[in-house]
Amino acid sequence: MSAHVNAPSRAPQDLSESITGGVGESPSRPDGNLKVRGDYAYSSDLWAEDMLWGATLRSPHPYARIAGIDVGQALAYPGVYAVLTHEDVPGDNRYGLKIVDQPVLAEDVVRFRGEAVALVAADHPETARRAVELIAVDYEVLDPVTDPKRAAHDGTLPKLHPESGRENNLVRYQPVVRGRQDVSADVVVSGTYTLGMQDQAFLGPESGLAIPAEDGGVELYLSTQDLHSDRKQTARALGLPPDKVRLTMSGVGGAFGGREDLSIQAHVCMLAMHTGKPVKMMYDREESFYGHVHRHPAEMYFEHGATREGKLVYLKARMYFDGGAYASKTPVVVGNATTLGTGPYEVPNVDIAGWGVYTNNPPCGAMRGLGAVQPAFAYEAQMDKLASALDMDPVELRQRNAVDQGSVLHTGQKLDYPAPVGELIERARNLPMPPERDPAAEPDIRDLPGGAANTTHGEDVARGVGYAAIIKNVSYAEGADDYSTARVSLQAVGGEAVAMVHTAAAEVGQGLVTVQQQIARTELGVERVNIHPNDTSVGDSGSSSASRQTYITGGAVKTACEAVRETLFERATARLGHAVPDLTIVDGKLVSDSHGVLADVVDILGDEVIECTREYHHRPTYPLDPETGQSELVHVQHAFSVHRAVVDVDTQLGLVKVVALDCVQDVGKSVNPDAIVGQIQGGAVQGMGLAVMEEIQVSDGLIRNPSFTDYLIPTILDTPPMKVDIIERGDPHAPYGVRGVGEPPTISAGPAVLAAIRAATGLDLTHAPAGPEHITGTAH
Amino acid sequence: MRLNLTVNGRPHQADEAWEGESLLHVLRERLGLPGSKNACEQGECGSCTVYLDDVPVCSCMVAAGQAQGRAVRTVEGLADGDRLDAVQQSFVDSGAVQCGFCTPGLLVQAHDLIERNPEPTDAEIRESLAGNLCRCTGYEKIMDAVRLAAQRKAVS
Repeated sequence: MSAHVNAPSRAPQDLSESITGGVGESPSRPDGNLKVRGDYAYSSDLWAEDMLWGATLRSPHPYARIAGIDVGQALAYPGVYAVLTHEDVPGDNRYGLKIVDQPVLAEDVVRFRGEAVALVAADHPETARRAVELIAVDYEVLDPVTDPKRAAHDGTLPKLHPESGRENNLVRYQPVVRGRQDVSADVVVSGTYTLGMQDQAFLGPESGLAIPAEDGGVELYLSTQDLHSDRKQTARALGLPPDKVRLTMSGVGGAFGGREDLSIQAHVCMLAMHTGKPVKMMYDREESFYGHVHRHPAEMYFEHGATREGKLVYLKARMYFDGGAYASKTPVVVGNATTLGTGPYEVPNVDIAGWGVYTNNPPCGAMRGLGAVQPAFAYEAQMDKLASALDMDPVELRQRNAVDQGSVLHTGQKLDYPAPVGELIERARNLPMPPERDPAAEPDIRDLPGGAANTTHGEDVARGVGYAAIIKNVSYAEGADDYSTARVSLQAVGGEAVAMVHTAAAEVGQGLVTVQQQIARTELGVERVNIHPNDTSVGDSGSSSASRQTYITGGAVKTACEAVRETLFERATARLGHAVPDLTIVDGKLVSDSHGVLADVVDILGDEVIECTREYHHRPTYPLDPETGQSELVHVQHAFSVHRAVVDVDTQLGLVKVVALDCVQDVGKSVNPDAIVGQIQGGAVQGMGLAVMEEIQVSDGLIRNPSFTDYLIPTILDTPPMKVDIIERGDPHAPYGVRGVGEPPTISAGPAVLAAIRAATGLDLTHAPAGPEHITGTAH
Repeated sequence: MRLNLTVNGRPHQADEAWEGESLLHVLRERLGLPGSKNACEQGECGSCTVYLDDVPVCSCMVAAGQAQGRAVRTVEGLADGDRLDAVQQSFVDSGAVQCGFCTPGLLVQAHDLIERNPEPTDAEIRESLAGNLCRCTGYEKIMDAVRLAAQRKAVS
């Protein structure tokens, strides 16, 4: 336990539960018992004696000038301790992940509906909420910029960030060009595809507790994906050196990209430092829709040319991504989309361009599979369209063009690791199909589209099957120095060797705590491994995003364990008086093939603690040429998955029942097979949600459905049985050969479901999600 | 207002509760029982599910005053001391827990299902848990966990 004098109750817990199992096994989660007992401390559970509650006033307008803010009435409201505006931001009133462009609190202008304008601290959450309503803001409402294409090209629109120095409302423009541009082909297919805005819809609300510290700093307990990124941005806003801003992770109720940007962090610290009291902030669901970024909606034109034999000749693609009011991860989305836009296929001649723009729509940033999800809907729709034009089996067409180890992508990067896309497609085709519906038997209506709503007994229901193969980059790209830090100690406790693993890497539900224990058990040959709460007293681990933590933080834990082991062996050698070759640790004993059991680890350790802190950096990547998009190695690793979806569609009502959603994925090395299956199934359902139901409805810059009543995510009734077939084709550059797992299934599931709906209905369906209005042709 | 209720078999009193507070708020913020979760606070996600006099309810949709004099059982009251209920143990063993935020509500709902229907079919499990959103697992391992819990309860 990190020993802060004034730590809150319900503070983050050491995970010391004794569970066995090394790399390649499937031990249970060390936090599982706490979670099923209701004893796991999430950030929304934090509590401190005498704490206040914070609340945020948000802009009701997508674009407006602020003429004045009057906090007088709010401040006079009984129970209110503080009302803060931009004038109270102690440091630099700007933050941002990639581009520092977002005010902590709005100054003279608001750029989206939901932008934070003022803060209140009060003795009860309801008091704080009422005081927020008493803050009087004088807005001069402006016409919002809401069309992303115009935002990219139309110089007559207002520039939302004139300080950016980029033309119009551009955040990033990136072309990727390779081969000949004047090429023709036997068969050409094209289409324009659009994608709605998706919400991460993590269940645990944004929340945290800030406690002012005696040294003038602040302790912040919170849920996040990246403690050090949060600390850097928060310290800048508070005008404090980073070591005065100490962050400790509380339990995280899911993330999926939605916790990469700041939400409550700087705000709750400002309130705590201003009042001198502990302050808790917690969004409700509606505020959560305004308080975090979403997946970029997109408009994408794709044109493929191929030979009559079904070999791709060229791809031309134009993609627009609406980043909303602030940049967040828009530059990364453009980079990923343009470098992955061919899909997992070899295309000799490529002309791709991507634009990411500022508008007055809700800000968009990271969500599982960012920048790879959008083009996958386009290129996989195109592959089916091309197969149809060629009168060819769509699976066969994909196999003819699939990349493999040694393929050169359109960025110029050669795949110098296994890329078994053809094998994945073949295995997906060979998975057993769900049983056909028996038209003679009385159906269980719960198995049909519409379910218990009793909208059909099988009439007008058509079945379709669809495939999708996808590519995703793993970890940070384009020259970022991507690394993680791990501190591992080994000591004798009660006659047993016990390891402790300490990192800042966020456990968000994916099971990183389990993987860290497994690696330590494997490398140190001990049974008991404790996980220290994540905090900023250890070095940076980067974000729990980009499917990177098992690779990068796993690599750091492995490297630190190896250093601990080397130190132990040196001590053993000194104790034994002679060097022993091929030393290993097995079940807490030092063993060599030649000498048998030499000593107990606890005897070598004695009263001393061996502690080593190590960083793991993956091999360097390189930026894209800004004109051509060429790079010798833009991504450190690629991951691949294939989904096959089977759907039943009520063609009269446009209702869809997904009957099966089966996945084949290469994971390099299966560190925890059961947890990987859980990641793949959970990721697939998020992709399915985007294909059939999930869309934040935005019009005139306003979110029309900021609730779980109106923004629907799949329930257990919407979700089919899902087979998962894992293969392991190790990446020689990665620790244990691992390949990132979390994002690919989210990317392949959605296009497979849409392909199946197209197969069932014969419709084009160019928009995701495809709702009843699209399937029945009643959308407007 | 002053509120008296029984939670997990023990009498509790909450003083100075504001009349607009939900049962969920009182459990979490006044009685020190934050196991029931606050994911949507509008009755859509089921994370706050508790037994109110043996009937599962979304505690966010129950005004605290409605619980006056009644018996509440939360996720913290499912285990028998150190011994987890079969539903809890099965969620751990089946890998049905990832971030775990939906877990407390699902446990209470699944516990109630098996009490009422000791041998639920898959369709019955899905129907019974349709009011509990999970964003992590895709529900497959939750299905596994409920099937396993029913088996375990049948033989115990």
